[in-house]
Amino acid sequence: MELLIKNGFVFDPINGINGEKMDIAVRNGKIVESVNDRRAKKIDATGLTVMPGGVDIHCHIAGAEVNTGRLMRPEDHIKDTERKTTLTRSGVGYSIPSTFTTGYRYSRMGYTSLMNPSMPPLEAKHTHEELNDTPMLDKASYPLLGDWWFVLEYLQKGDLTECARYVAWMMGTTKGYAIKIVNPGGLESWGFGRNVHTIDDKVPNFDITPREIMCGLAKVNKMLNLPHTIHLHTNNLGLPGNYATTLDTMRALESVATDGKPVAHITHLQFSSFAGDDWGSMRSGAEEVAKYINAHSHITCDMGQVIFTDTTTMTADGPFEYTLYQLSGHKWVNSDVETETSGGIIPFHYKRNNAVNATQWSIALELALMIEDPWKIYLTTDHPNGGPFTAYPKIIGWLISRKARMATLKKCHKKAQKKSLLPTLKRELSLYDIAIVTRAGQAKALGLKDKGHLGVGADADIAIYNVNPETIDIARKYKTVRRAFGNAAYTIKDGKVVVKDGEIVQHVDGRTIWLDVQTAEQVKVDEEMRRRFREYWTVEYENYPVTNHYLKISDPRTIKADV
Amino acid sequence: MSTTVNAVTCPVCGCLCDDIELTIENGVIAKVKNGCAMCESKFLSYKNEHRNKTPLVRKEGKLVPVSYDEAIHKAAEILANANYPILYGWSSTDCEAQRVGVELAEEVGGVLDNTAVVCHGPSILSVQEVGIPTCTLGQIRHRADLVIYWGCDPWSAHPRHLERYTTFTEGRFEGSEWKEYMNKVKASAGKKKLLSLERREIVKRKPEPIIEKVTVNKPPETLSKAGRKLIVIDVRKTMTAEVADYFIQVQPGKDYELMLAIRALVKDHELDVDQVAGVPVEYLEELVDAMVNCEFGVIFFGMGLTQSAGKFRNVDVAISLIRDLNRRTKFAILPMRGHFNVTGANTVSTWQSGYPYSVDFSLGYPRYNPGETSVVDVLLRKESDAALIVASDPASNFPRKAVEHLVANPLIVIDPHMNATALLGDVVFPAAIVGIEKAGTAYRMDHVPLPLKKVVEPPEGILSDEEILSRILEEVRVIKSQKMQEAA
Repeated sequence: MELLIKNGFVFDPINGINGEKMDIAVRNGKIVESVNDRRAKKIDATGLTVMPGGVDIHCHIAGAEVNTGRLMRPEDHIKDTERKTTLTRSGVGYSIPSTFTTGYRYSRMGYTSLMNPSMPPLEAKHTHEELNDTPMLDKASYPLLGDWWFVLEYLQKGDLTECARYVAWMMGTTKGYAIKIVNPGGLESWGFGRNVHTIDDKVPNFDITPREIMCGLAKVNKMLNLPHTIHLHTNNLGLPGNYATTLDTMRALESVATDGKPVAHITHLQFSSFAGDDWGSMRSGAEEVAKYINAHSHITCDMGQVIFTDTTTMTADGPFEYTLYQLSGHKWVNSDVETETSGGIIPFHYKRNNAVNATQWSIALELALMIEDPWKIYLTTDHPNGGPFTAYPKIIGWLISRKARMATLKKCHKKAQKKSLLPTLKRELSLYDIAIVTRAGQAKALGLKDKGHLGVGADADIAIYNVNPETIDIARKYKTVRRAFGNAAYTIKDGKVVVKDGEIVQHVDGRTIWLDVQTAEQVKVDEEMRRRFREYWTVEYENYPVTNHYLKISDPRTIKADV
Repeated sequence: MSTTVNAVTCPVCGCLCDDIELTIENGVIAKVKNGCAMCESKFLSYKNEHRNKTPLVRKEGKLVPVSYDEAIHKAAEILANANYPILYGWSSTDCEAQRVGVELAEEVGGVLDNTAVVCHGPSILSVQEVGIPTCTLGQIRHRADLVIYWGCDPWSAHPRHLERYTTFTEGRFEGSEWKEYMNKVKASAGKKKLLSLERREIVKRKPEPIIEKVTVNKPPETLSKAGRKLIVIDVRKTMTAEVADYFIQVQPGKDYELMLAIRALVKDHELDVDQVAGVPVEYLEELVDAMVNCEFGVIFFGMGLTQSAGKFRNVDVAISLIRDLNRRTKFAILPMRGHFNVTGANTVSTWQSGYPYSVDFSLGYPRYNPGETSVVDVLLRKESDAALIVASDPASNFPRKAVEHLVANPLIVIDPHMNATALLGDVVFPAAIVGIEKAGTAYRMDHVPLPLKKVVEPPEGILSDEEILSRILEEVRVIKSQKMQEAA
């Protein structure tokens, strides 16, 4: 099938195209040089903005944690429902939408690829079963490996090669895409209700520190040539004064960065950039963090923007969720996973008239504006932790328009207003920058070569928005832009028009992307391995892996490792 | 020809033991290794000659054998023409079938409910009120030095629970208490034998029945022992209680009271009474000391809490107790789920519709209000006009009035066996047994997904739940589009 998108203003930062009027040709789900002008189906994009399909580097949309969040919050669903149509399945929405609704809503915003960032390896089948029921999108998951006993033991021994072999085995076994590290050392400590507080604290029962875990896995990541860097949720996340820990973390990782390329992605950076000594004196640490990132090239990050709304926080960082529980007294789920990780869930309402929440809102924007290079920081809410993904258009509004963010800041808590750095920040992102922070930059950081751009050979994942950059000043008419990014004029997935004027016109299933990492010597599956399995887990070795049965459409990427 | 299959997952209870070894001889399971009595019985009795081998449709009052095509068309017609059908069961089939089930319920605008509604439904309601601090079972194996079973009897209902996941397992940080308990069990068996001998001797004299009473004096010394401790709280001395270090006999219906008293003690309040729910306060103080001073504690609870007076309030207060305890030490709480895949039924329903059970699709979108949209209530209000029952037998355990309404309307049953509901059904499908004749996925009581194996072929021509449901769904869509065309 051929498709021709005519006359749109194309924003394709990876290929350096900035709003040029041009045609995009599609054949068999790929972008091509040209198509038969008469035979191809045509989309008239005159006066519209054309971008690659959106890529989300970090959003919790599937798996054990997400589903427990859904289960515990009927009050979250009741106010937001989706009716069944002849094309689409029914579902519920708001902060943790049901799987089908998640797919449809992302697609309506022009997104086509998502990364689900926390998959407990033991429960990986669950994650993949849900991803199969999340239509319209290509997706991948990051297995949680930072507190896995195998990793702790090999790093403790200093045996990086063996550690790398097991990580490679785990990628294939869980059908994962990147190494996810959450509060390294803290999750193992949480097994007995404790935590680590600096990157040099010893992990109880193990002779290892968070620094050694992060640097060790970053090295392993390099040895394996994985397309993405380690995906890191820092220690002390969500606590006042933690920007110092974040700086320590980034400095520690300098030792791994030898070729100027990124070695770590610090996710939802906002939650790791608090200054102050306690909640009363909590203020923004964005300036210091941004300064460091501007001066170094080994870190990428995403915002973790807070939205003023009722949402559900969920993370593998069990001790942090416990802190939130102590603060809020709200219903609290804790869920530790043997040998691997932990997890927690708390409903949370971010309020404008709460000084801490308003400061958090400000921090994320400060980071996005003060980190000069848009290729280093991407737009996320850490869905649903900072707010649901449906708020992305709002964030785009704040980023492109000083007027928009000042309007919101004016309604915030007085103390937060006074401390906010936003009034001093004049920068307004262009549509080109928006294309970087919502797709191109994320695809690049993920090493997804066929996503996030519209060059020949790329996947024909395209979003078309009803914004005419020639006729409107986006900084003044930010509301128009917001509406346009909330309801794509067209979303094209693999060359098929799936959304038109913000409505689903075709239900398609996306692929599940995973890494098949090939090491010179593979993990041996012998009696010793089976014995270890029985000792560490309560399941048999044979029943642990995610088989192809659990992937509706499998898209393996073969990686040749150095070990 | 004899072959062995390793690492088979047992499709009986929520423990989902996955280390079963089966010996297959000439295509038939001949031997079961590692399994408990329930497991063995399921794997050895699947070939039961009473199994129904063809679909049945009721004609002139009698169930007569028909083809799958005819039965599927009949079933689809019933569902497509119903205004408010119920689709119930699901806990003893695989997630693959459950997924089709949700889609079918949505297509016909019915009420989707699973057996949790008459089981751990109240636990879910409590989770929606206060959350739940929990963990996977391996976490307990490695770390728990205090295990409490409240209102459940794993020795009888989840026979390998202690041996695989809790007190009798060897973990990284905690050892197994197996040997000590073996001695204890032997001793108590000896004692029982003596007692029964004595009883036989004196039976002619009609003695007073021997009722074991909780001694009121001093708690046993074992509570201060090193290593894992096992405590059982129940209304009667169960098999599990026999091996426990400490048994607290709560008066029936007073779990809530007892739990509140324990909460007060955990918060360092003093109690001004001598006993609560029949338990002396000194006992409770001892218990609370053990709870607060453990490194990692866990409470498992069963029907004793969820289906006795107070229902979800009992679980609510139990979870609240765990929340309080987490301020002092590390504590977790887990429900003892019964059917092997009831957790999966809740899980699948939740990711597709947002709600774990009692989901009403009649308005075109999912709605959830147990008490209104729960299947027993729908039946008691006589609102449903058709029913599809999958892998369950409500006719033998629902309230009589509910069953009367269930059978008064067209009833479709999918089950490997001719159970009571099937005998009363209008369309009856035999199905392959999930986990023996059909591969799939099930969720353990702690939400760990495990693959179920197909180890033998189903009887010739027998389809699986998933296939039957998919075909019904297809047929329903055909019938609906025909109706639309006719109307147009």
